[in-house]
Amino acid sequence: MKYYDKLIFDLSRPGRSGYSLPENPWGVTADALPEDLRRKTPAGLPQVSEPDVVRHYTNLSQMNFGVDTGFYPLGSCTMKYNPKINEQVASMPGFSALHPLQPEWTVQGALKLYYDLSKALSTLTGMSDFSLNQFAGAHGELAGLMIMRQYHRLRGDSGRTKVIVPDSAHGTNPASAAVCGLSVVQVRSLEDGTIDVGALKGLLDDSVAGIMMTNPNTLGLFETHVREIADLVHGCGGLLYYDGANMNALLGQVRPGDMGFDIMHLNLHKTFSTPHGGGGPGSGPVGVTSALAHCLPYPRVVRKNDGKYALLTDKDSCGRISGFMGNFGVLLKAYAYILMLGKQNVKNVGPYAVLAANYIKESLKDCYKLPIKGLCKHEFVFDGLAEDNGVTTLDVAKRLLDYGFHAPTVYFPLLFHQSMMIEPTETESKETLDAFIGVMRKIAEEAKSDPEMLRSAPHNTPVGRPDETSAATHPVLKYSDMQ
Amino acid sequence: MGCPYFPHTEEDLKQMLERAGAVSLKDLFSDVPEEFMFKGEFNLPDAMSEMEVLEKFRQLDALDKKLTVFCGVGAYDHYAPAVIQYLLSRSEFQTAYTPYQAEISQGTLRYIFEFQSMVCSLTGMDCANASMYDGATAAAEAMMMSVAASRRRHRILLSSTLLPQVLAVVRTYADYHGMEVSIIGQEGGQTSSASLAQELASGDVAGVLVPGINRFGIIEDLSGFADAVHAGGALLAVYSDPSSLAVIRTPGEWGADIACGDAQTLGMPLSFGGPYAGFLACRKEYMRKLPGRIVGATRDAQGRRAFVLTLQAREQHIRREKATSNICSNQSLMALYATVYMSLMGDEGLKKVNDLSYAGAHYLHDRLIATGCFEDVFDKPFLKEFVLKTDVPADQLQRALAEEGFFAPLQTEEGYVSFCVTEKRSREEIDRLLAVIRTVI
Amino acid sequence: MSKTIEGLYYSQSHEWVKVEGNTAFVGITDYAQSALGSVVYVDMPQEDDHVDAEMEFGAVESVKAASDLVSPVSGTVVEVNSGLEDSPSLLNEKPYETWIIKVEMSDPSQLDNLMDAKAYSEYCESL
Repeated sequence: MKYYDKLIFDLSRPGRSGYSLPENPWGVTADALPEDLRRKTPAGLPQVSEPDVVRHYTNLSQMNFGVDTGFYPLGSCTMKYNPKINEQVASMPGFSALHPLQPEWTVQGALKLYYDLSKALSTLTGMSDFSLNQFAGAHGELAGLMIMRQYHRLRGDSGRTKVIVPDSAHGTNPASAAVCGLSVVQVRSLEDGTIDVGALKGLLDDSVAGIMMTNPNTLGLFETHVREIADLVHGCGGLLYYDGANMNALLGQVRPGDMGFDIMHLNLHKTFSTPHGGGGPGSGPVGVTSALAHCLPYPRVVRKNDGKYALLTDKDSCGRISGFMGNFGVLLKAYAYILMLGKQNVKNVGPYAVLAANYIKESLKDCYKLPIKGLCKHEFVFDGLAEDNGVTTLDVAKRLLDYGFHAPTVYFPLLFHQSMMIEPTETESKETLDAFIGVMRKIAEEAKSDPEMLRSAPHNTPVGRPDETSAATHPVLKYSDMQ
Repeated sequence: MGCPYFPHTEEDLKQMLERAGAVSLKDLFSDVPEEFMFKGEFNLPDAMSEMEVLEKFRQLDALDKKLTVFCGVGAYDHYAPAVIQYLLSRSEFQTAYTPYQAEISQGTLRYIFEFQSMVCSLTGMDCANASMYDGATAAAEAMMMSVAASRRRHRILLSSTLLPQVLAVVRTYADYHGMEVSIIGQEGGQTSSASLAQELASGDVAGVLVPGINRFGIIEDLSGFADAVHAGGALLAVYSDPSSLAVIRTPGEWGADIACGDAQTLGMPLSFGGPYAGFLACRKEYMRKLPGRIVGATRDAQGRRAFVLTLQAREQHIRREKATSNICSNQSLMALYATVYMSLMGDEGLKKVNDLSYAGAHYLHDRLIATGCFEDVFDKPFLKEFVLKTDVPADQLQRALAEEGFFAPLQTEEGYVSFCVTEKRSREEIDRLLAVIRTVI
Repeated sequence: MSKTIEGLYYSQSHEWVKVEGNTAFVGITDYAQSALGSVVYVDMPQEDDHVDAEMEFGAVESVKAASDLVSPVSGTVVEVNSGLEDSPSLLNEKPYETWIIKVEMSDPSQLDNLMDAKAYSEYCESL
């Protein structure tokens, strides 16, 4: 990667432009609008030519790391390979030109895709019905909790205002609960990182709307007591929410619907191979059991008796959650991925992902502290270096960048002080995993021989560690603030 | 059939299993109670080749009717310069994660910084975030933000002239988040200032959301709104079409505290409703209440310009249930889309987009009136979208036009018909549309 | 080991209180600032706001952490330290010289529920 210093504004010169539009055949312009309603001062957007733009953004791209550049052992993020056929189908001109409010009879293909994809997700998860209208995992969580509240409300059970969240949960769980107007009650983990069922029992009463669980949890451990937990929570009238961020571990082998979950979300940009895009667009489909289908966000796609597809707005729906029907373009990609895998290969996703994680774990456990021994699922957590040289997890993470690897998820989960959460996915070859293992061992050596060098890593990246304190104390959030 | 995404040879699997202490892949699930192991067959087709997948999508595509769009109502058919898709498909942008590791994410961080800067330029606000899911959710977040900023108030006022889907999404969020919604009535096709004053007078209002251009296509005259809202101790948020802000008065110029809306109008494909990108911007005082990702400029140890995700203490991964929002992503690649679009267009190009849309829309409007079968509902200035009254049943008109390859009109809840013309519609297309309409009326 | 100052009152949530007459100056302890790291922002109430003992009245943010500020006493905020708006790092540099809010106490007997320097030091060591 190279260092390139410019912002697009630095390239701007008065009088330059990069657009091409037809001549105005009408001879009238928006200047005819009343003065009072018109913009007073120019916006001051950049004035650049098309070649300027192409070179600038190409240069920017070269300061970026992606799955296509190298390995991303990023825990709970499932940075698997993004197949290119996905991109080809998503850019088919027909789909991209569809207006979201076109009459149903003119968009039967798009509606069929919604329907078929949701059925595919149903068979893979054991849930009855899906809504594909959510834009991201956190958005799916929010919709899922709305469904939970709506379900209780429809039964006249309005006193359920609490949601139970394990202390190891993704940070979005409690945040989504709060946005949804539920108060969060934490249940603690046992030493081995799984939910303390005894402690859970003490929290259950008729004020509990439900529990949010990640299985395998954020330590990569399968919650073996999930049946007992499901019985307990259902027994007190609550519902079980499955946070699908870690679904890749189970894909093809274990289905949340079979474990007693009532509501779940998937992250298509994790488990179903759609690209992360530097933070989005993603997609967070929400699946429910048949007892909750009427509460899904509207509109939903249904198949009528005549075989035609239609949009349904259920009066019991938890509400509208997106302007239209989610990130359609992302759904196309995920569906292409499912078709490419087919019913046989999809069974290998989970096992191969789990194999890769265990392979790395067993290969590095002598030089990194492994707080929880034994079989993991698709990810596991090291608690820093085995030997304490004052080198932190952050230092290791930054040094990895020098060697051409992305860093693991660091300082999460919060159960350990030096967490380093590693998730390799099923699409990485043994050679790649071996190269990563080799570098991790080398860094462990460097921590002994040259800890100072690690503390100032990375050294071979376009920029070094940025000064985050000054960035947050005196925020500079736009170009005109830089002057 | 094998799978091109699994790189393991038999020998690899053998060695990896051995290291993992397992004999077979099945052993890797020995911690899962047997009752949970899926033993059935998935209701999915067999694996397909790329050729078969493409064919499958061609068949789906063939079920959709390709229409020339003369409607808007929240999704607008603007032109996308060729450069954008070309740059967006660079895998360094497309396959990157959220830019937590700033040292190897300067590309993403810089375009987000540029996006924030340009959103501020268009809206007249002091700071913007890295984008939201879409316009409707950005509006909902704007209202949650005003409630958080007010500390104690829980009422929000929504204009009845907002797009129906924006109203619906904000209502959903409000319903669960504990925000009490009151609707501001309309008068002559625009948000009623008398109704606003009345609602403000009943007190406890944290935020007020009004459109810059409303669901009738009318450019709202927001004179006096900011003063009234501020006197009521609330924040004013304006839902705006960012493309239009090159020519129409900005939320900043109206004295708003928050600007939100959908960046779809910045050349994004209609794509059946997504992906688009919401935007959310505000005055400096509310910077730390702004939800979502925010990129800031700083330096590295060698003094080089560097960009980072900043103000993270607001966010869910630190604040958990006390975060301003649960959002933990943005529509990053679509923010890049908008940024490249704005760079290519500049003020001048964006002005021309609006000029062409304005002229085309007024041409269509005047010709429709001239048929004698349509009449104006409101005599108010509009930009590219407008509504008319007609005795011709809207569904009949829509059906006939669709048969001939056009998508128009959409019907409002009052029964008006809504049309929209962007710079993509040529005079010939408008004339052909009119010819079909004349056969129906 | 973190520093404490004799003569101040301390809370379990790591705020200190200095009393002058009926006025309480509230800040965060050396232990708190060191646990947080570089403070980048202090979210403070407004003058005339009412604060309640054991209730949060604001928050302290560092780059990667945030901590609620919990008022050790009830009363009315008579002044906030506006110097923290520009220089939040004062909380790291001089934790015991940098008060955050000044409270006119409504119930000074609440001070009895707080720890003295010795008890607080022992409390910190037990954490």
